Amino acid sequence: MTPDLIYGFTGVAVFAIGLVGALCAQDRLRRVLALKLCSVGAGFMLVVGAWREPPAAPDPVPHALVITGIVVMVSATAVALALIRRLQSLEAEDDR
Amino acid sequence: MTDPLVIFDLLLAASVVALAVAVLGVRDLFAAIVLFVIFGLLSALSWVRLSAPDVALAEAAIGTGVTGALLLKTLHHLRFVSGTLDQQAALSVTPLLPVPGAVIWANAAFCGLITLGLAAAFLGAPQAGPGFDPLVADAMPQSGVEHPVTGVLLNFRAYDTLMEVVVLLAAVIAVWQIERGMSDAPAPVMGEVWQGFARLALPAIVVVGTYLLWVGAEAPGGAFQGGAVLAAVGLLLLLTRAYVPRPAHRGIARGAFVLGTGAFAAVALLVAGGGRVAFEYPPEHAKSLILLIEGLVTISIAITLAALFHGREPVALSTQGGRNDT
Repeated sequence: MTPDLIYGFTGVAVFAIGLVGALCAQDRLRRVLALKLCSVGAGFMLVVGAWREPPAAPDPVPHALVITGIVVMVSATAVALALIRRLQSLEAEDDR
Repeated sequence: MTDPLVIFDLLLAASVVALAVAVLGVRDLFAAIVLFVIFGLLSALSWVRLSAPDVALAEAAIGTGVTGALLLKTLHHLRFVSGTLDQQAALSVTPLLPVPGAVIWANAAFCGLITLGLAAAFLGAPQAGPGFDPLVADAMPQSGVEHPVTGVLLNFRAYDTLMEVVVLLAAVIAVWQIERGMSDAPAPVMGEVWQGFARLALPAIVVVGTYLLWVGAEAPGGAFQGGAVLAAVGLLLLLTRAYVPRPAHRGIARGAFVLGTGAFAAVALLVAGGGRVAFEYPPEHAKSLILLIEGLVTISIAITLAALFHGREPVALSTQGGRNDT
């Protein structure tokens, strides 16, 4: 049992959970959370791919890709949340 | 004899998966967000175990900290709009509809197939390589920095990083457009403790953020991690109302959003003007150019993330009470 195997399956599981949530959750906020879980699962896979048996140093290129992915994901989340806020405000105005 | 760290790894992996299930399973949305923050922090811890401290720092600061703040702020706004602010639990912001069984089964089959494919691909992939590590190790002396991840981010794959800063800029433009003319949820009352806490924490956060930026050249850290920590300064200032955004500040804010992208692109063009490929820094100036880019990008990232948290652009009719925060 090496860390890459353990965390590799963690990544697959987290991605699968996020995928189920993104497809099945009806609540908008929870759907965003599910997509966030998917992105963390994908991050797990890349970091596992970069891992080397110590003392060898890990591959820095996937690390840089994951950092880029995290920043892109926070931008996407911010836009999605702004859309949700707007949508909710519009729906509340319709109800009144 | 098993390594005690293997037991730790197994426990950590199990908690990460259990937290992921709990995030989607728990009924209260507030609890879901808090569980998500814990999930993010434990994922960051697993990435430390996989010797990826840079990624762990970025995930903890941006993927968990800033994202958690954004989510909580949105939840507050949704509860205010739907008039459920005084209720104990935040159950759902969208009305739930009954789902036909066929849809559920189709979704489950689709997710199962994808997961099986992913697991097969993971098991079938060659172990430990061949990666880019020998190439990066060969090129490191010319990169101007000692830390490989910073070298990849700001030298070898600087084009990616430029695009990443552009994405952040696009996000803040989109948020300002989406929220234009929207009414705000009133800010919750912050206790006296907040002011004192902010006064104590702010100088420490500024030092930590700047240190992370500076140390990125030779150790884990860098512009994105430092920028996210500095964005926490902006969040605290906004929450404690030590700083209230005014319409007159829009110009400065816009300038700060563009600063990172502009400086990054300017350096690329400048280098390209000297008969080189864009981002092919002359080795003798590489370190100072990278630090210049990193410094300006950090300021830009910090202000952009704080603006994403604040949401709506400050407009004239919203005076003191016109801000929405959690």
